[in-house]
Amino acid sequence: MANKLISEMGLPRSIANIFAARNITTAKDALSLTEFELMELLDVGLSEVRSALAHISQIVSPRYQTALLLMEQRVQKEQSRGHLPTQLKGLDVALCGGIPVGVLTELVGPSGIGKTQFCLKLSLLASLQAHYGGLGGRVIYIDVESKFSSRRLIEIGAKSYPEIFHMKGMAQEIVFTSLQQIKVSLLQNQVKLLVIDSMAALVSGEHEPGPPWQHPLGWHISFIKSLAEFSRIPIVVTNQVRSQSRDESCQYSFQGQGRGKIVEDPPKHDSHLVAALGIHWAHAVTIRLVLESKSGQRFMKVAKSPISPPLAFPFNITSSGISLLNDDGMELMGPEINSIYCQGLSFGEICLYDLPWKKTPELIS
Amino acid sequence: MEVSSLPISASQRGKLISAGYTSLSSLSSVSSSDLARGAHNAWDMLHEEESMTRITTSCADLDNILGGGINCKEVTEIGGVPGIGKTQLGIQLAVNVQIPLEFGGLGGKAIYIGNFMVERALQIAEACVEDMSEYNRFLRNDFQACQVKMQPTDILENIFYFRVCTYTEQIALINYLDKFMSEHKDVKIVIIDSITFHFRQDFDDMALRTRVLSGLALKLMKLAKDFSLAVVLLNQVTTKYTGGSFQLTLALGDSWSHSCTNRVILYWNGNERYAYIDKSPSLRSASASYSVTHRGIRNSTSNVKRVKMM
Repeated sequence: MANKLISEMGLPRSIANIFAARNITTAKDALSLTEFELMELLDVGLSEVRSALAHISQIVSPRYQTALLLMEQRVQKEQSRGHLPTQLKGLDVALCGGIPVGVLTELVGPSGIGKTQFCLKLSLLASLQAHYGGLGGRVIYIDVESKFSSRRLIEIGAKSYPEIFHMKGMAQEIVFTSLQQIKVSLLQNQVKLLVIDSMAALVSGEHEPGPPWQHPLGWHISFIKSLAEFSRIPIVVTNQVRSQSRDESCQYSFQGQGRGKIVEDPPKHDSHLVAALGIHWAHAVTIRLVLESKSGQRFMKVAKSPISPPLAFPFNITSSGISLLNDDGMELMGPEINSIYCQGLSFGEICLYDLPWKKTPELIS
Repeated sequence: MEVSSLPISASQRGKLISAGYTSLSSLSSVSSSDLARGAHNAWDMLHEEESMTRITTSCADLDNILGGGINCKEVTEIGGVPGIGKTQLGIQLAVNVQIPLEFGGLGGKAIYIGNFMVERALQIAEACVEDMSEYNRFLRNDFQACQVKMQPTDILENIFYFRVCTYTEQIALINYLDKFMSEHKDVKIVIIDSITFHFRQDFDDMALRTRVLSGLALKLMKLAKDFSLAVVLLNQVTTKYTGGSFQLTLALGDSWSHSCTNRVILYWNGNERYAYIDKSPSLRSASASYSVTHRGIRNSTSNVKRVKMM
């Protein structure tokens, strides 16, 4: 819509010619300028510019839908009412049926916590036939860190052999170009789920020097977001963690100044972690699931969701993938919702008992 | 003497004549404030303000510091960190604006631009209808107890949702809203969630971005005044380096912060969500706690605490 040509909008001949003569050909060109800049550039009066802009705007602006219509469409068109069930009962209930389509869902957690395991499980579920509770489609799995394991996938599924497209992005460039190609392949291949593991490895460092608006993430955020909306599929991305640097404050300027009662930040553990992609990215995801460990127990937290209260579910990883230990979930309060802990997981143990495939995939037959 | 022969600039002459002042005698009897069209004196404005309508947030504490709710005829910006409840508050307002007049609401319709969750809107609408019938039962024991005729589906039907994919579409839509509104006069609130998102990507010329944004803000303000509706802009936060440390601040920069009438910041204070009035011409800066429950935005004390995590 934004690149619609002004010459095709049915403006009066005279004014359309003026736009063309000044090389303002698309709606984007015209609307990125202010009225006065246009007056200056086109050398016409304010009223002409206003009426031309009003005309262009009316054509370019999206049409409305009532929320009721939106809901009815979803119920009719999409299986399982627009969600990909995770088969984790408590989580599905909390999220009203699973991972929603059309928006971004993010998994954050320290390494080895089970993000890739969860992605593999979701890929498997999406490729299952509808009567098994899946979406019956294909999956695009963008594997940035070469962690994808078909063997593990088959182990999780065991009963079905899904068709999984496995793209290996070795360098940033390859992945970036493949991101653009995805749009085409989404349509051609009946893809029902897109997994990006991991987003943080694609782009590193929002805190690098330089103007913040030029960080490489900008373009991808809007691209991935519009991809989700346009194709109506769930998109799952993983995000890494990094340790929080000292001077990073998470307070507003009005907080703390002259108001002694503000609760002091809890003393920083050395295990204090934050999501690797910063606040800008966090605004773009609709659902954020935090995977963390506390005193040896793994927890999955619904840290951001428009439909679910902040809940935490203990889980463990077995040979059939992720399973919740109970389905009720504990409600969280305050800063706990967004904090990420990594305590008490002894990784030696995990390698031996918990995740044998992770370190020695060759040994499993 | 004719206005057309007065020694004034051509544009002023044109304006006078087109407004019907052709001779000097017709001009001499009017006061200068009448001539400057649209000027009001403060006394009239006081009366107007007293009759101004507000949209409740469903959280009494929040309503208190806002002076009764989100003001119609004004632009209110609401910002906060991800997951604090901006979208929740947006959806809540889109539902609350439809509370009928006899229940103390506005009985209007809502326009919602951007980040919308239908499932969540349905939950909040159901809770709102329940609350209204509850209110009916307790406070109206008279015979002709007026029934709550509204259904949750009616509420959803009165929310006009626009999906915006690029900033061009966003600009176009805001330009077009003027026309849309004159066809749908019963719209009482416009919620843009979020005003920031598209402008924070792929905009190279920052000075141009500021100019375009302030143009948008002016249009929204005019819209709010002309159709006496509330405009609510949801904004994201970013980090800003001041005085040797990083601080949170709302996105889009300093010049944008001038363009809204009211600014409310949502933040975490300990274990509770708080709203803080950062800027308002008429309200004291204050903060109040609120909570996001299954039924929508509510007072934080009414929150039934479930098992707390260690």
